[in-house]
Amino acid sequence: METVVPTKRELFLGFLSLGMISFGGALPLARNMVVERRRWLRPEEFVELLGLCQFLPGGNIINLSVVLGMRFQGVGGAFAALLGLIAMLSMVVIALGAIYQHFHDDPHVRHLFAGLAAAAGLLISMAIKVALPLAAAVALVCFAAIAVPRLPLLTTMLVLTPVSVLLLARFGKNGGGQ
Amino acid sequence: MMEILTSLLTLFAELSRLAFGGGNTILPEMQRRVVEVHHWMSAEEFSALFALSQAAPGPNLMIVTVIGWHVASLAGALVATVGMFLPPSVLAVGVLHAWERFKDRPWRAAVQTGLMPMVVGLVAASAALIARSADLDWKLAAITAGCAALAFKTKIHPVWLLLGGGVIGMLAELI
Repeated sequence: METVVPTKRELFLGFLSLGMISFGGALPLARNMVVERRRWLRPEEFVELLGLCQFLPGGNIINLSVVLGMRFQGVGGAFAALLGLIAMLSMVVIALGAIYQHFHDDPHVRHLFAGLAAAAGLLISMAIKVALPLAAAVALVCFAAIAVPRLPLLTTMLVLTPVSVLLLARFGKNGGGQ
Repeated sequence: MMEILTSLLTLFAELSRLAFGGGNTILPEMQRRVVEVHHWMSAEEFSALFALSQAAPGPNLMIVTVIGWHVASLAGALVATVGMFLPPSVLAVGVLHAWERFKDRPWRAAVQTGLMPMVVGLVAASAALIARSADLDWKLAAITAGCAALAFKTKIHPVWLLLGGGVIGMLAELI
């Protein structure tokens, strides 16, 4: 698959539009934009960078903007992507804060937001798209550890990642994406 | 005023280093500091701002910006945002730099392959946690299931699925 190297302007505008449409979890939208529509990264590169971002403190999507900007256009690119992501969102959230009193008693608006939040299904589909057989087994353990007994994220990651790396290095076929 | 801005900056810079996996991990601590330690707002106001940042587009860490705004208007918003987003960004730039340097080492390929199932598991876990809190009745659960199936099987842009979910959620309650 041919990939395209984005300019700083494209990074800024790309993350600007991504931020404005990301309700209830930006990751599926980020993958859609970065891999499927704008073709900045191949699917396996996206998973690789997302994996790095999950190990860093901060929001995944925020880290992803910084890491992508840095990869393509250096520090200036990282700034462009990060600013693109949060500048407009800051204004929106401040505007919402200012008019919140008018909104929060209206049941229609509450139900609209309830439906929006229910679109968590997007995340489920993304998890399936990325998985491979042996990797799927590890993914399942990771999922179970966090979603069922609610083990702390950091502990789970620190314990399970070395296991995953060893297992896949030993038994896995050259994985790394779809 | 200067004092409040400094407290905002240091509080969020400190929290930013603990925010593994995004905003939800640090939310309890953020609430404790903002409400109980600094008395910047009541617990109800904090919950309202949280709901608002969930409903607004973008990562739910944007709650930081609106807290800053609430405490010290525009300057507060700016300072809180910088405190929250700048330190992890600097770290991310450093880590990526190191990661690219080791491009050709065999262990990097192994780590990369091993990271992938972790990515999948973490994404699936957030999906499950969000679904559990969002799907309050069978209608909302059906929206989640339908949305997952369509996103997997078709090339419909996710925004249409989100809008569809929102509209159906609104209509379902009207009937």
